[in-house]
Amino acid sequence: MHIPDGFISAPVATVGCIVAAGCVAYAVKATNKKMGEKQIPLMGVLAAFIFAAQMLNFPIAGGTSGHFIGAALAAILLGPWAGVLIMTCVLAVQCLVFQDGGLFALGVNIFNMGIVASFISYYVYRGGAFLFGEQKRRTLVSGGLAAWLSVTIASIACAFELAISGTVPLGVALPAMAGVHALIGIGEGAITATVLSLIMATRADLLEIQKA
Amino acid sequence: MKFKWWHGALIFALFVALLSPLASSSPDGLERVAEDKGFMETAREAVFEVIPDYAMPGVGNEAIATILAGIIGVLILFGIGYGLARLLKRKGEA
Repeated sequence: MHIPDGFISAPVATVGCIVAAGCVAYAVKATNKKMGEKQIPLMGVLAAFIFAAQMLNFPIAGGTSGHFIGAALAAILLGPWAGVLIMTCVLAVQCLVFQDGGLFALGVNIFNMGIVASFISYYVYRGGAFLFGEQKRRTLVSGGLAAWLSVTIASIACAFELAISGTVPLGVALPAMAGVHALIGIGEGAITATVLSLIMATRADLLEIQKA
Repeated sequence: MKFKWWHGALIFALFVALLSPLASSSPDGLERVAEDKGFMETAREAVFEVIPDYAMPGVGNEAIATILAGIIGVLILFGIGYGLARLLKRKGEA
């Protein structure tokens, strides 16, 4: 869902950059209070893993592929603000080094895949834990659902940005974007739940960080 | 040096990068919508290129070029993520 330059108008790109810069600045503030010794390597390996996993496009229906985004995994493990920071690192490197996502569109891409996806998944996950309890299988279902929703909602944000830019009418962009990403989101949910169960089996204490 | 859990996690990320040549090359969700709805041609070329399309320039073998790009990206992001977290922790203590 990396928007290249040209898909969005200059005003939309500019607003995206301002909103993203503000959120990242606040995320730095919000995160440094909670940073512990354990989180330091976790942030490094999460950024590295999310980058690698994003390279693995998986085929979905109709000659289309999708890939993992990772905001849900980062936000569930480290909280939404750290999720924003991790996704900003990944998206900035993808944009600056690998030319994936436009330079001027970076702010909008951080907004969709970093900010929107992190917060949606974090609150859906916490809501699930609150409603259904913290038993293992239920936690994985909440995590998977949160991840699926994060991709679908991020794609809806993208559709609005394309429509506001005058690139494509909302009535066309919205069902198309949400439809294809509702499918891609199933992959996101499955990968997120799998990694969470792997962490529960090996380092369950990492999942407790958020509650502290 | 004692083997820590995150050494394993970093090796796992590098292993995932090794799988990158297996990735589907079909257009992704946004590219598919852009093609179907006819706004693909509004995309502009990148202003500058370093390692475009996740393939190391100058490497003939496509799979190796992709794996190299993946490993470079994994190492850069581990460094940035780790460094940023370390920096934030220090700031938080001050």
